[in-house]
Amino acid sequence: MTLEIVKPGLATSIQDLGRPGYFHLGIPEGGAMDRLALRAANLLVGNDEDAAGLEAVFLGPEIKFGAEMTVAVTGGEMPILLDGEPRDNWTSFNVMPGQTLSFGYLKAGARIYIAVSGGIATEPHLGSRSTYAIGALGGFDGRALAAGDVVPVGAAPLAEEGLSIPEALRRGPGKPAELRVLPGLYWHRLTEKSQAAFFDDAWTVAPEADRMGYRFRGGQPMEFVDREQPFGAGSDPSNIVDGCYSYGSIQVPGGLEPIVLHRDAVSGGGYFTLGAVISADMDLIGQLQPNAPVKFVRVDMEQALAARAERKQIIEQLRESLNQPG
Amino acid sequence: MKTRYSFGGDEHVYVEVDDEMSLDAFFISLSLSKLVREAEIPGVREICPANASFEVRFDPDVISPDAMMERIKGLEAEAQAAEKRLDTRIIEIPVYYEDPWTHETLMRFRERHQDPSGSDLDYAARINGYDSVADFIEAHHSQPWFVSMVGFVSGLPFLYQLVDRDKQLEVPKYLRPRTDTPKLTVGYGGCFSCIYSVRGAGGYQMFGITPMPIFDPEQKITYLRDFMVFFKPGDIVKWKPIDRAEYDRITKTVEDGTYTPKIAEVAFDLDAFNADMSGFNAKLMEALDDA
Repeated sequence: MTLEIVKPGLATSIQDLGRPGYFHLGIPEGGAMDRLALRAANLLVGNDEDAAGLEAVFLGPEIKFGAEMTVAVTGGEMPILLDGEPRDNWTSFNVMPGQTLSFGYLKAGARIYIAVSGGIATEPHLGSRSTYAIGALGGFDGRALAAGDVVPVGAAPLAEEGLSIPEALRRGPGKPAELRVLPGLYWHRLTEKSQAAFFDDAWTVAPEADRMGYRFRGGQPMEFVDREQPFGAGSDPSNIVDGCYSYGSIQVPGGLEPIVLHRDAVSGGGYFTLGAVISADMDLIGQLQPNAPVKFVRVDMEQALAARAERKQIIEQLRESLNQPG
Repeated sequence: MKTRYSFGGDEHVYVEVDDEMSLDAFFISLSLSKLVREAEIPGVREICPANASFEVRFDPDVISPDAMMERIKGLEAEAQAAEKRLDTRIIEIPVYYEDPWTHETLMRFRERHQDPSGSDLDYAARINGYDSVADFIEAHHSQPWFVSMVGFVSGLPFLYQLVDRDKQLEVPKYLRPRTDTPKLTVGYGGCFSCIYSVRGAGGYQMFGITPMPIFDPEQKITYLRDFMVFFKPGDIVKWKPIDRAEYDRITKTVEDGTYTPKIAEVAFDLDAFNADMSGFNAKLMEALDDA
């Protein structure tokens, strides 16, 4: 079974839940920016939650199906058209061979997830089908999809049509988006004034926002605690001896524009980090468009773990909602 | 040197053995990260060693963050006392300094640089007190380097020069990172040299380029068939300056599949190195002559 990419959209890539285990070599976990949305799309078409689907950012692709299959589109809000006829998002529907899926303009969020019954069946690399374009790894020939690509789909029975995720479980960022941050790592490098300003200032998403990281601007330049720079760090006060970066960690080169590293994170580097966005809020970043207003909200570890448990609960509820008899 | 522990969000413990770079800090950090791995602590997902620090990713649903941090702290004394010795290899890496491709790129991002009036090498030579770029390049390649970290992207090595601290070269990173760097650029930031394994963003000053690929996801390059990443921490590197003709010749042999990196097995002992740096380095480089 296959599907054909008629138009690729802006950057449509194959993603699953990622390839952990190689970050020590600079190969990131990768996978869907909005994990919850991909899980939901897979559940709707009867797949395992970690099956590979398509992630499209800002602009939807046009896809021609080579076989009968069940499809679901989740994540950002983008009108869905099957041969020109509207379909609901977060809801399963069947397609026939030769039918074409296309999309209208993005209305909310940033990324949509398209799951098909059987899942995308390209060859896994290092245990995952996720596209890591920087390393030309995984996905379709190590790259985002292009017009004319014929993408293999796993064999699977059709799933139930009309299954839908309750609106309460469709998680997206608010306005402004609130991203919860646990201060740490090199937080002590900032003056108290800048520590407070980071959480008080109004930020917006900068145009440089992609799978590697999201850049933010609009806040005040940061001031550093005076020190003689440690040997090997470099002379700028925002420099450190190159260390590890973690998913969600927030670096501020030159003290100017914070960058939150995301799924295709670089694994290390020489800029100080002031803490990290908590694991529960990483999905939300994947749904932010450039210029979206953002507030960073300070939390402690206890609150971070409570938020993590809450997100886990949403995944449980997703599973349960689809196990109810229709 | 005092080890600092911190959380990176709810899934990471960050361990900084020292805030400044030294081979002592590297060896303690590597030993501690190995001890954490060998302890097989339930919930540990990944361990990433860096130059003088490392990070542990864990699952807080399996082990609480505080318990995770305490387990690592409990292993520190043993790591501090561990032997600072490695059986490793020395590799000769050809470098075409002042090549046209990094030059074109550095000109494109000049407004992000400390000194837009010259090249990255002009700037690095001047702030390190060298009379000429040629002298600076000579200092960069005459003594060997130690791979103290692999990461950033796709198997990129960070290299620390095996010389006394007062002879170390130091440069700041770009004021704002570039969005583009040619593949296989030999870069420099802080006291570290690096090789950009793939094309992409970067904040290091750019000195030259090597024709020798160090990452191949397709694993078609002969010496990358076993694994797609060439370097590992502890590798030793000797840069060999080459000109355009040699660069083109090596590029062709890489494409033919006939290029073999020059490699020799060596041991690195930190105490022996500290006792006689130039003598120890001379022996390392002699091993390459026989390779």
